[in-house]
Amino acid sequence: MSEALVEVKNLKKHFTLEHDFFGRPTTVLKAVDGVSFQIKKGEAFGLVGESGCGKTTIGKMLVNLYTPTDGQIVFEGTDLTKLSPAKRREFCKDIQLIFQDPYASLNPRMTIGDIIAEPIKINNLLPKDQIEKRVTYLLNCVGLANHQRNRYPHEFSGGQRQRVGIARALAVQPKLIVCDEPVSALDVSIQAQVLNLLDELKEEFGLTYLFIAHGLNVVKHISDRVGVMYLGNLVEIAPKQELYENPLHPYTQALLSAIPSVDPTKRKQRIILSGDVPSPINPPDGCRFCSRCFKKFDGCESENPVLREVSPGHFVACRLWQEK
Amino acid sequence: MTEMNEEKAIQSQTEVLEKPESQVKEMWEALLENKAAVVGLVIIAFLVLVAIFGPLMMPYDPNASNMGQSFQWPSAEHLFGTDQLGRDIFSRIIAGARISLSVGLAAVLISLTIGVVLGSIAGYKGGWADTVIMRIMDMMLAIPSILLAIAFMAALGKGIDKAVIAIGLVSIPEYARIVRGCILSVKENDYVQAARVIGNRSGRIIFRHILPNVLSSIVVRATLGISTAVLDTAALGFLGLGVQPPQAEWGDMLGRARGFIFTAPYTLIFPGIAITITVLAFNLLGDGLRDALDPKSRKK
Ligand SMILES: Nc1ncnc2c1ncn2[C@@H]1O[C@H](COP(=O)(O)OP(=O)(O)OP(=O)(O)O)[C@@H](O)[C@H]1O
Ligand code: SF4
Ligand SMILES: [Mg+2]
Repeated sequence: MSEALVEVKNLKKHFTLEHDFFGRPTTVLKAVDGVSFQIKKGEAFGLVGESGCGKTTIGKMLVNLYTPTDGQIVFEGTDLTKLSPAKRREFCKDIQLIFQDPYASLNPRMTIGDIIAEPIKINNLLPKDQIEKRVTYLLNCVGLANHQRNRYPHEFSGGQRQRVGIARALAVQPKLIVCDEPVSALDVSIQAQVLNLLDELKEEFGLTYLFIAHGLNVVKHISDRVGVMYLGNLVEIAPKQELYENPLHPYTQALLSAIPSVDPTKRKQRIILSGDVPSPINPPDGCRFCSRCFKKFDGCESENPVLREVSPGHFVACRLWQEK
Repeated sequence: MTEMNEEKAIQSQTEVLEKPESQVKEMWEALLENKAAVVGLVIIAFLVLVAIFGPLMMPYDPNASNMGQSFQWPSAEHLFGTDQLGRDIFSRIIAGARISLSVGLAAVLISLTIGVVLGSIAGYKGGWADTVIMRIMDMMLAIPSILLAIAFMAALGKGIDKAVIAIGLVSIPEYARIVRGCILSVKENDYVQAARVIGNRSGRIIFRHILPNVLSSIVVRATLGISTAVLDTAALGFLGLGVQPPQAEWGDMLGRARGFIFTAPYTLIFPGIAITITVLAFNLLGDGLRDALDPKSRKK
């Protein structure tokens, strides 16, 4: 439980939107701008933040869909950013992704049996005659029936398709699965089922999750630790319980106050943030959150605070908590 | 709907494994449900038969001129009449089927293969590979295709085989463009990204995940391309660069009959009809194929 499976150090992804005549970038979108965290073996690490803050971009860098602009991804001691493309591809077996949109993430021209068998085939994980059996097993694991294997994705509901996506991710027996808002595109009635399935699979296969979500309420029952992102930066990391009971960063406090509480004695005043999220193209110079922060004080606009451990396991990037 | 539910229920009760139906068979069945496609298919089958067994059906030698018999109106003796050299047009049309079909197919095969490869690389890899390939394609497109074909023929030499290559090379840019456009449109799709996440190499992603999803537009373009190729062959033939006389080829016949449009319209009409029917047949088939290739419209 204590060993880090993956450690991300100062990870950055800048998208060049425009360049000048000589190919030099003129407009740069800083989707992820210096993010560090680690995920321990067997843990579910929740990553939350508003739309566009860079969660998916982090996930895609982990699964080799994007090449980081800077920083390191250390997976079981190997820095993946330093590997050749062929060597990097070998780590596909270890890190898998479950997509947000189950309607877009399955090839419409392949049967679901073929979709689940493909990762096994291309990575030569099993002899040909055992693949069939393995697919049957995987289908059962995610709660689908074997006789459905020759059907096409469009014949399934969103929840069923997401199960196919989960089976495909499981097929290579990965160690880490990035779940990118895996239930946000599903009906509310289905969401709990799929979340429970993910929970069960985690136990059964000893998986580690990076669980991405919009709001803190979704990660609540699946994560052990939670990281809060704002505009390409991580602003707070803490064990789940600690974060919910003792949020330190003003942004986390605002997010938490937005979740309606069932217990009236615990009901806090809702913090309404003014203004919009600034554009990641020209983020504020100082603290990324300073344009909307209700606790802003002198100097917040010029100095971007770094993550600091203020109590064991509780990190926060806010000048209120920097060493004086 | 209820039937389907019952069917499902029965299946799950008995846990029967559905028979894996091959994709080709399914598409074939869908194709046969499309009436227009069936018409196209029947005509093409007929044309193919004519191309193969033509020599058995010809009442006269298609290449034997008989000046005494020139410009005969269609009659029981000469079903489609005779041309300026007294050759039986019906026999020549039959003889032309083989050439037109094989020229069309071969030229399209050449441009399709090269166009798909170049378009795929340009669309999928992007960057400088895209720039270099597409600039060359633009340069080729800037020159009128028939001029370019003539230039290729000047380099390759005369003859119908050289004409096929020239016509094939000339239409590469169109296929490259279409394929590149299609690839760009699906490249960012989640399922293509998913294919990368599970460890696919680029080549397999293109052929297994991208091209099957854009096949319909390519197939439709290719069927159209067959007809264009038939017409291009005619143009080259007219310039003395395609089939060599006295060999019969529809487009070539059409071109040579141009001067007799008022005096002997039948010399022009019948090759024209032959070309039109061929083009129509391939278009009907192309449309039917497009529907059959799309699983969403396949299983209702
Ligand atoms: N390929 C790309 N090219 C340019 N900009 C991109 C690209 N991918 C993402 N971005 C930008 O990077 C920023 C972060 O995007 P990302 O998808 O990571 O956000 P997210 O936190 O996952 O949001 P959401 O909750 O909406 O999924 C956004 O401003 C987005 O517009
Ligand atoms: S550093 Fe300043 S602006 Fe930023 S969150 Fe803390 S108090 Fe607010
Ligand atoms: Mg996202």
